[in-house]
Amino acid sequence: MIIGSRPLKFQVTVDHDQCMLCGRCVDNCSYNVYRMEDGRIKVNSRNCVACHRCLAQCPRDAIMIAERPCDYRNHPVWTDRVRENIYKQAESGKILSGGMGNTGDYPIIFDRIVLDACQVTNPSIDPLREPMELRTYIGKKPRKLDITYGPGNDVELNTKLVPNLKLETPIMIGHMSYGAISLNAQMAMAKAVSRIGSFMGTGEGGLHEGLYPYQNNMIVQIASGRFGVDVNYLNRGAAIEIKIGQGAKPGIGGHLPGEKVCADVSCTRMIPEGSDAISPAPHHDIYSIEDLKQLVLSLKEATEHQKPVFVKIAAVHNVAAIAAGIARSGADAVVIDGFRGGTGAAPAVFRDHVGIPIEAAIAAVDTKLRQQGIRNEVSIIASGGIRHSADVTKAICLGADAVYIGTAALVAMGCRVCGTCYRNLCAWGIATQQPDLVARLNTDEASVNVENLIHAWTLELAELMGAAGINSIESLRGNRDRLRGYMLDESMLDVLDIKPVGA
Amino acid sequence: MCGIIGVIDKTREAMDGSAIREALAIMDERGNGEGAGYAAYGVYPDYADLYAIHVFYDNIVEPKEKVEELLETWGMIEHDEEIPTYESGRMKKVHIPWRYFFRPNRKLMPQSDTPDDDIVTHLVMTVNTTINGALIFSSGKNIGVFKASGWPEEVADFYRVEDYEGYLWIAHNRYPTNTAGWWGGAHPFNLLNWSVVHNGEITSYGTNRRYIESFGYLCRMYTDTEVVAYLMDLLARKHRLSPEHAVRALAPPFWEEIERMEPSEQELNTAIRLTYGQAMMNGPFAIAVASHDSLVGFSDRIKLRPLVVGEHDQRLYISSEEASIRTLDPAVKKISMPRAGQPIVGRVVA
Repeated sequence: MIIGSRPLKFQVTVDHDQCMLCGRCVDNCSYNVYRMEDGRIKVNSRNCVACHRCLAQCPRDAIMIAERPCDYRNHPVWTDRVRENIYKQAESGKILSGGMGNTGDYPIIFDRIVLDACQVTNPSIDPLREPMELRTYIGKKPRKLDITYGPGNDVELNTKLVPNLKLETPIMIGHMSYGAISLNAQMAMAKAVSRIGSFMGTGEGGLHEGLYPYQNNMIVQIASGRFGVDVNYLNRGAAIEIKIGQGAKPGIGGHLPGEKVCADVSCTRMIPEGSDAISPAPHHDIYSIEDLKQLVLSLKEATEHQKPVFVKIAAVHNVAAIAAGIARSGADAVVIDGFRGGTGAAPAVFRDHVGIPIEAAIAAVDTKLRQQGIRNEVSIIASGGIRHSADVTKAICLGADAVYIGTAALVAMGCRVCGTCYRNLCAWGIATQQPDLVARLNTDEASVNVENLIHAWTLELAELMGAAGINSIESLRGNRDRLRGYMLDESMLDVLDIKPVGA
Repeated sequence: MCGIIGVIDKTREAMDGSAIREALAIMDERGNGEGAGYAAYGVYPDYADLYAIHVFYDNIVEPKEKVEELLETWGMIEHDEEIPTYESGRMKKVHIPWRYFFRPNRKLMPQSDTPDDDIVTHLVMTVNTTINGALIFSSGKNIGVFKASGWPEEVADFYRVEDYEGYLWIAHNRYPTNTAGWWGGAHPFNLLNWSVVHNGEITSYGTNRRYIESFGYLCRMYTDTEVVAYLMDLLARKHRLSPEHAVRALAPPFWEEIERMEPSEQELNTAIRLTYGQAMMNGPFAIAVASHDSLVGFSDRIKLRPLVVGEHDQRLYISSEEASIRTLDPAVKKISMPRAGQPIVGRVVA
């Protein structure tokens, strides 16, 4: 024991005057913080991850959780986190990993962009009284229409549209696999999107039979592990997404710990029970853009050209050129996942240091596709740190067609962003496969929460559009004139192609 | 505010500019004296097959030399002259309006199906973005735009619009907001055959501008109206949509309406919205668009700006106000108010 104990990350205290010894905290804590001993609730704070399940269940508000009650000696370079990571690695000799998104202290560009509203010279539009159109089509669109005008009023449309996804709101739920999250969590989100007229991703965990009733609102994913993929899977989805990379861990594959591979997950993923599900860093049949094109076309062939095919990449430095390559591969949409994107587990060094923010990536991709005259070839779906309706609105103004939310949907189901998804102990029944924990998540109730969230954001988006004098989402998309940068430097304004406030 | 008016004689019978001057002036309340203009079709019969290029020069030394050099590079100037103007009161020749009758050398643009038009478009974009002190504000065949800062009657008298005869006129009375009342900012805006007058503000300008720029058009006038001319050029000339379908793209029906249509109409309208979503214009507007053979009027999808239509035998009138139509034609037979987004189209029959 060279290093010894470190200060507590969280300190749990129980107010024994308030406590009625109901034992709910003991029952609910899946991390073994609480025990009942000698007629009192005793705690082991070291186990606490601040998931707040106990707080949420305590009928007497008797529990208090404090973060880092013990200070390290303050140092601006050798921060608490830096020192603790060194202790951990000195002991383990391993790569540090963590759940949820980027924890780096980077400025959030969305928070330095402000939206516009009408005054005097043009009227704002009241969405309660006037139609407000948020319908969004995701997929390839023709660059021009070819119409033949015959004698009289004879009109013939020679251009045929390829299948697009029809969304009633530009907010979808991104890919979180069965395995990473529970079937109940997927089920709740699937119910929500099917009621709201939107879509969600399966992740790379296959499509469980229980989700078949919602398959028309699900996008099936093909990732480098090819888990759960067969032609039945492809044909069930409303669209197919090839996952090349993920914002939380660009350039590396995925890892589902064997603990989470229960019998049902094993069947859905088509892998042995209890085995680690490791997706390789690259797809071993995609070593170049022309290989991607072949996969896109094979998937289209396999599904008789009835399913839009998306390609998801992490937002990396050269994202614009990569997206332009994808636009030429026959893909119908490019999904860009920014460096604040969430994850069940990622090496912390990737999560916090690799990739670029989604705001800059959207702007760069949209601009590049326009410069090359191929913007209609693909839709842009943005994800990675979309926290509220203003982020959605700003993403669309920058050029996105729609967004994926991930973490926000989980938070709507109770997730406290504690970041321990990889331990299979999620006390909320979201990121776990333990039957008793999963059973805590009531799919009907949780689906209402998710639906409410998307509905509320959609209402806010409609209000923001109305205030800007816009009654259709097409006129918001790429409308960077309606954004201003606040305290952004000139080079960032150039990348975003927006003016500063006051200009 | 702003006031717009347009008239087309479907049999191409010529009208001089005196009546439209009166009709525009009756709407002085809608402007503020900082901009007015007229576009007339059929005004240069002697040079009908040449492009009539109108230029504002800040002086007739450097910019003029550069423009002429560029024109000579791309074709031949068959005739040129200063546009006659008549200073009076506060109407001073702030810019010197000049006109060229130009024949492009189509061999210089072999890659194009419409080399003449593309050469002229290229010249307009190049002059307006690279030559200081020169602005091409009119570039169609047998078309003339006459505009300046001032009240409608002042601008009309400055150019003596009554001396011009056209079968189609559109005119505009401006109350500027987005840009100061400079001559280039006055309407009509013109590119090739297309001329546009516009009352309102396009809240989708950012989207429309980025869209049209990806097709090589350059927005240079610091006002939202010019995108309408470029969009019409793209949709109706390059993509060969009918004027009705071009307008449908700019102010499409709501999805709810599309869903109630017959299957073939539904397919067509869905295709237009999907393909041309970025061309859709939002915000309050009433617009009249003229080309050689048609006058099209339309408003935004919820009609936040007025638009009135008048008919009298072979003539169709479009205006912000009924009073101005009645001034133009006291015997007008039928006055109506089109629904939001509904295109009003007058076409020449001969």
